[in-house]
Amino acid sequence: MTSLRRWVTRLLNSLTGRVDNQRLKEEIEEHIALETAENVRAGLPPQEARRQAILKFGGVEGIKEDYQAERAMQWIFLQDLRFSIRVLRKSPAFTIVAVVTLALGIAANAIVFSVMNALILHPLNVPQAESLYQLMRGKEAGNHSYPDYLDLRDRNRSFDELVAYGAAVAGIDTGGDPSSAWVELVTGNYFDGLRLQPYLGRLIHPSDEHGANSAPYVVLSYAYWHSHFHDDPGVLGRVVQVNKHPFTIVGVAPPQFHGTLTFFFPDFFVPLVNQEQVEGANNLNDRGKRSVFAVMGHLKAGVTREQATADLNAIGADLQTRYPKEDTGLTFSLAPPSLYGDRLGAPVKAFLTGLMLLAGLILLAACTNLGSLFAARAADRSREISLRLALGSSRGRILRQLFTEATLISLLGGVGGLASSVLLVHTLSLWQPFTRYPIHLDIKPDAIVYAFALLLAFVSGIVFGAVPVRQILRTNPYEVIKAGASGKAGQRLTLRDLLLVAQIAICALLVTSSLVAVRGLVRSLHSNFGFEPQNATLADIDLSMAGYHDAQVPAMQKRMLAAVEAIPGVESVGLVNPAPLDASSATSLVFTDKTADLSQANAAAQAFVYQISPEYFHAARTSLLSGRSFTWHDDQDAPRVAVVNEEFARTIFGSHSGVVGEYYKLPDGTRVQVVGIVEQGKYSSLTEEAKPAMFLPFLQSPSSETWMVVRSSRDAQQLGPAIRNTLRGLDAGLPVYIQTWTREMDHPLFATRMATLSLGVLGMMGALLTVTGIFGMAAYSVSKRLRELGIRMALGAQRREVLQAALGRACKLLAYGSAAGLLLGILASRVLSFLVYQATPRDPLVWAGVVLAMSLLGLLATWIPAQRALSVDPLRLLREE
Amino acid sequence: MKQKKDVLQGTLALMVLKTLDVLGPLHGYGIARRIEQISGDLLAVNQGTLYPVLLKLEQEGSVASEWGASENNRRARFYQLTREGRKQLQVETHDWQQTAAIIGRFFEAKAEDLS
Repeated sequence: MTSLRRWVTRLLNSLTGRVDNQRLKEEIEEHIALETAENVRAGLPPQEARRQAILKFGGVEGIKEDYQAERAMQWIFLQDLRFSIRVLRKSPAFTIVAVVTLALGIAANAIVFSVMNALILHPLNVPQAESLYQLMRGKEAGNHSYPDYLDLRDRNRSFDELVAYGAAVAGIDTGGDPSSAWVELVTGNYFDGLRLQPYLGRLIHPSDEHGANSAPYVVLSYAYWHSHFHDDPGVLGRVVQVNKHPFTIVGVAPPQFHGTLTFFFPDFFVPLVNQEQVEGANNLNDRGKRSVFAVMGHLKAGVTREQATADLNAIGADLQTRYPKEDTGLTFSLAPPSLYGDRLGAPVKAFLTGLMLLAGLILLAACTNLGSLFAARAADRSREISLRLALGSSRGRILRQLFTEATLISLLGGVGGLASSVLLVHTLSLWQPFTRYPIHLDIKPDAIVYAFALLLAFVSGIVFGAVPVRQILRTNPYEVIKAGASGKAGQRLTLRDLLLVAQIAICALLVTSSLVAVRGLVRSLHSNFGFEPQNATLADIDLSMAGYHDAQVPAMQKRMLAAVEAIPGVESVGLVNPAPLDASSATSLVFTDKTADLSQANAAAQAFVYQISPEYFHAARTSLLSGRSFTWHDDQDAPRVAVVNEEFARTIFGSHSGVVGEYYKLPDGTRVQVVGIVEQGKYSSLTEEAKPAMFLPFLQSPSSETWMVVRSSRDAQQLGPAIRNTLRGLDAGLPVYIQTWTREMDHPLFATRMATLSLGVLGMMGALLTVTGIFGMAAYSVSKRLRELGIRMALGAQRREVLQAALGRACKLLAYGSAAGLLLGILASRVLSFLVYQATPRDPLVWAGVVLAMSLLGLLATWIPAQRALSVDPLRLLREE
Repeated sequence: MKQKKDVLQGTLALMVLKTLDVLGPLHGYGIARRIEQISGDLLAVNQGTLYPVLLKLEQEGSVASEWGASENNRRARFYQLTREGRKQLQVETHDWQQTAAIIGRFFEAKAEDLS
């Protein structure tokens, strides 16, 4: 009871913060006065009497401290904190370096962890996501045929319901502004099977399906309803045109649901039975056409994954015996659907785990560097520490104070790192690298991420704070004050040295790689693509979205060409399908004219196929090497002709010259005459070797989707709307996607850019770590050997010699590390050449760059310690110590 | 180190309580003198350590204090046992005597007594 009362009183006193020294002071005075009087009475002279009284009373300061400690709870932690803040503010350079280093390490971890949290740890936004599995067919995550799906759905005994969906682009016209949108084609049981409730109206149900094209209903995604219908609840029942077919909006999906892929955001959902209207063809009855993108379902309660897999495999085996022609390789496994089964899930997991590991290593390196910085500071402060020990402070107290400093830095770094990672993650989630696809990462840092980052910061603080512990425990105040800091600088190679060399090597490796990547990027920007993206605008038009068929297609395309050509400022217009270097490239086998058996084994080559209009080469600035381009007379009634590229001529005909006029064969046996040869270009990726390609006239091999290449010196900002308006004038219901060709080149350059960017970022981090590492080490060695340096100077050592003595070791480590890193970088360039155009380390510019960069880093890191070593004043130093 | 201090504080507190019980209200110096007289050299040095103990007892509610005038007519803080303090003194005296008796018997015990 009494101790509780005492505790409460103390707590109250400490909270109200009352400081009441007056009472104690008066009591002490009174006490001493009374004792003095007593002593005088005993016969001592007054002065001696008072002295004895004071002696007998004991150390006033200690009693005051005890008294205060008794009166109120002492937040020794707060005292430590105040002291730490004072100490850190006294050395801002150290504090900033430490905080920034740590912030970087924490930010790297927080970002990777946020992505991991969003993609892997966070379950899908559907009820009971943990029991939802996608069917993997062999190694593929999807691509089942619709009849196979129906068999699996009806015959399995392991799933509550098996649902399926596919994805497509469709033109949607809500009246006024036709645009293309991403559609998910879903089975009737999709929403019920995923256990979803509508936000508005109703969802699609199995009862809607009555055979092909029987269910013209649309369920909007919440986001699309929000952005295109402005949250209007009156959309229910409205009829919209999907590829010119009337569909009725029946409902809006719940806000948090955007399909079952975490990174893909479809605009709306339509029944799969209406596939023909949306995709132009119907594969519902074709067991050989595997057009269903993914199949998934909730496991029944009590059914394990193994049981379900066995169940599915039994059905698969039966289907294989019944349909040996269409169904092969029907073995199944189960995987979470959010990253498209294991197809993306496994590599993403591996990649993120690798990245997490890397981020962890960065943090660890940051911690060891901060540790040596702390050790250097502790060495600098050995006198202060000895003095405190001598005055009766306990080692525990000093260590606690040191840890408070470390924790303070780690928390500052943690908060800084977290803040910057939240900003970066926000940018990342807004980022849409592929403008044509509704793909982005919806990453929102949540409490788990915050907790993770702060915990990491805290642990880091303890890790690097622990480095100088041994040093302090060993401090012998008597020795330190008598002899000054011990001058023993070990020449032994320590673990810390090895770590530092490894860091420097990794940094040099990253610097080498990023320089190689940057050089590659610059080269690929100026390399010859076989066309000129500058001053050209692309318009992607799929006439099937506007309901054109067969002969209507080329006729409309001719009208479009004529109309756009008439826009003022347009120099030339051509059509091509697909656009070169676009994600969707088409290839075809080709055979020499003499080949009779047109089977795959006899093919002479596999060539990229482009359907183009006569003006295309002119519009794309692809130079014709010999022969002619197409004319409007190369149509259905004329003999089949083609223009081929250099590599095609070389592979099929063996040489360049005399190829014009020769024939080759397509897989269907058609003989095609070569009428011209164009320059070599890039077709599927910038890093590819020279590949064969053939260009066919679009009048002979029509395609409803084409890319219009509009060459004009006019500002693309004005040209785009002009093209759109012109095309609208021809057909108001035509969805068009317009982009400058330079912007469109972002796709093929994506991998290179990303590689360059991430190497650059990693290189920066590596550089920063190297700087702090070398700085810590150099500072430590200088402060340890300050006396020795002073004596050397007093004995007449030159500046160069002093520097050598002080920093020689750091420079040696830097040189070893850099050399190792450069060597590794040369080896790594082989890997890099998959991503980066002509990645080669045999580039004098790269070598010079690495050497320069590493020397600069070294100079930066050793500048302050060098200054300190040089400014040693031997006289003052020797007098002081 | 710390333990020894705690023991000292504990015994000191008990002595303070007993002194106040016997002599009535006293100021710090008076208590110190009394303890010194009885205990010999426990407070021969570091008389000041008494004051944190007094504060602790006050915060526990065992003693109360108020300003008054000392012998030489100066302001002094007078300490006085409370009812609770008296109760605590009884309990602790009992505890202490019991412990002392046990320890005493232990020290008097010879090898043959324990066999």
